Amino acid sequence: MRKALFASLTELAERDPRTVFLTADLGYLFVEAFAQRFPGRFFNVGVAEQNMIALATGLAEGGFIPYVYSIATFAALRPYEFIRNGPVLQRLPVRIIGVGGGFEYDHAGPTHYALEDIGAMRMLPGLQVIAPADSAQCRSALLASHDSLGPVYYRLGKDDAYAVPGLEGRFESGRAHRVRQGGDVLFIAMGASVRQALEAAGLLAAQGLESTVLLVSSISPAPVEDIRAALAAFPSAITVEAHYTTGGLGSLVCEVAGDHGIACRISRCGVTGSPAGVQGSQEFMNHLHGFSPERLAETALRNLCEISVPVAVPIAVPELQASPRPVSGDWSASPEWKTKPSAAKKSVPRALHSGSA
Amino acid sequence: MAVLFSGLLESGNPDGNHPEARDRFVLSKGHAALALYSALYLQGKLDQAALDTYCSNGSRLGVHPEKELPGVDFSSGSLGQGLGTGAGAALAMKLKGSLGRVRVLMSDAELNEGSTWEAIMFAAHHKLDNLDVIIDLNGQQALGMTHDVIDMTPLAPRWAAFGWHVRRADGHDAQALHRELASMAGTRGKPQVLLAETRSGKGVGFMETRIKWHYFPMTEVEYAAARREVEAA
Repeated sequence: MRKALFASLTELAERDPRTVFLTADLGYLFVEAFAQRFPGRFFNVGVAEQNMIALATGLAEGGFIPYVYSIATFAALRPYEFIRNGPVLQRLPVRIIGVGGGFEYDHAGPTHYALEDIGAMRMLPGLQVIAPADSAQCRSALLASHDSLGPVYYRLGKDDAYAVPGLEGRFESGRAHRVRQGGDVLFIAMGASVRQALEAAGLLAAQGLESTVLLVSSISPAPVEDIRAALAAFPSAITVEAHYTTGGLGSLVCEVAGDHGIACRISRCGVTGSPAGVQGSQEFMNHLHGFSPERLAETALRNLCEISVPVAVPIAVPELQASPRPVSGDWSASPEWKTKPSAAKKSVPRALHSGSA
Repeated sequence: MAVLFSGLLESGNPDGNHPEARDRFVLSKGHAALALYSALYLQGKLDQAALDTYCSNGSRLGVHPEKELPGVDFSSGSLGQGLGTGAGAALAMKLKGSLGRVRVLMSDAELNEGSTWEAIMFAAHHKLDNLDVIIDLNGQQALGMTHDVIDMTPLAPRWAAFGWHVRRADGHDAQALHRELASMAGTRGKPQVLLAETRSGKGVGFMETRIKWHYFPMTEVEYAAARREVEAA
């Protein structure tokens, strides 16, 4: 989404002289064109994320709309208290852009994974939190929120090419988007994780099960009505997020269910434990932590069969497992890693599927 | 604070047509908000009734200042955030071509914060000569003397090495402070810092340089004694 980001920022900077851009020394091969075009409104503040937010606070009070940029975990977590006491507490229009949600910085390892940014940001009152699902929606969200009086956090994915079928860049603050409709399974997915949910829906469709996929890109303000209506229509739901299952979308959906007294079993698919010690590609890590399309489809089948299995216990699945790498400690000896691959899938009788289709 | 608020902080261009040109003040050592409230009171921006609500339920006047209060440019209270914010405000003025200045009042203990040095480097790199920092150099911090906790001496060469123009003054000499602060606008190409040497609790014998008085309110008896001593001086 970075191409969309800088195209949008160029557009905004051209029409609004209040637009300024600050980076904490990141964005190689993305920031250069903007920097050349608007040299007076481009600032590389150095590797100093706290100061970047403080500067943006001063700039915003002075009438500018500063966009600050870094990898999501450095943009959101390192300067967290600066965000809280600066733009949030003082209601200033600072735009915080965090790139790379979940495991997108794959082999860079756990220091670069953003697994708690949404939860941390979602707690701050008055801070809009937006996780676009694709480049077109990224553009719409940036343009739609540019003039907002308060601060905004954007969690942007690294994939420039993927487009959510049928979404066509729609974005509305405080609303969710239904990007697939079906009566058997409900997926509620956060931002770019909608891709895994849609692909899981495709796998289920091949087995005769139809899914509704609800995309939540506007985390704050939350699309409470849309989530409520979706939960009310299904006995169970699966939340999908490249994030810890505590604090993010899964928690949000449970809050809505609880607040409205909706009897719906919610399986929160996301990261449940520390990612330390095992690294891999984004696809590998998603699979390991239970939210690859295959694992999501498994969870859906388990739910349909009312088999009470914890949904996000890491299961080693041979086909995606990289060659074993030496890691600190013997992780393979941990009991939870000994769960049989695809055991649940095998236990689901085919007849049950066609019955509910 | 008294010197700053006695005419050094401009509230706008003389013609009044450019309110954005007004100076900004960041009380980075937010725990000194009571002095800020007093200055706003003497400027007529805060009335006696509001002042009397200090630290009472429902008041806008807490130990640390909030932007909600007219006359307060930035909320503060968390150390290490003020200088970066001030640098941002100074940068905003530069970008707008405003002639305003930003004054940041900091504690010396705040120099322990790494983020302060991030801002020091940024301001020097960008030659923010409209940014004036005043350090309340009282040599004390929350649990002891600064030279015992984290020794930051020699302070002036450190700031100078980071590209700042350094000044020194007796922090209790209003005329000296005024002279230094007023002349800061004449220095070009560098941000400036004024190391104002002070003694906390100055003027009240039983309070001077005692860490205890960073924390405790006075009893009525102590207040009367302190007042007698200050008024007699």
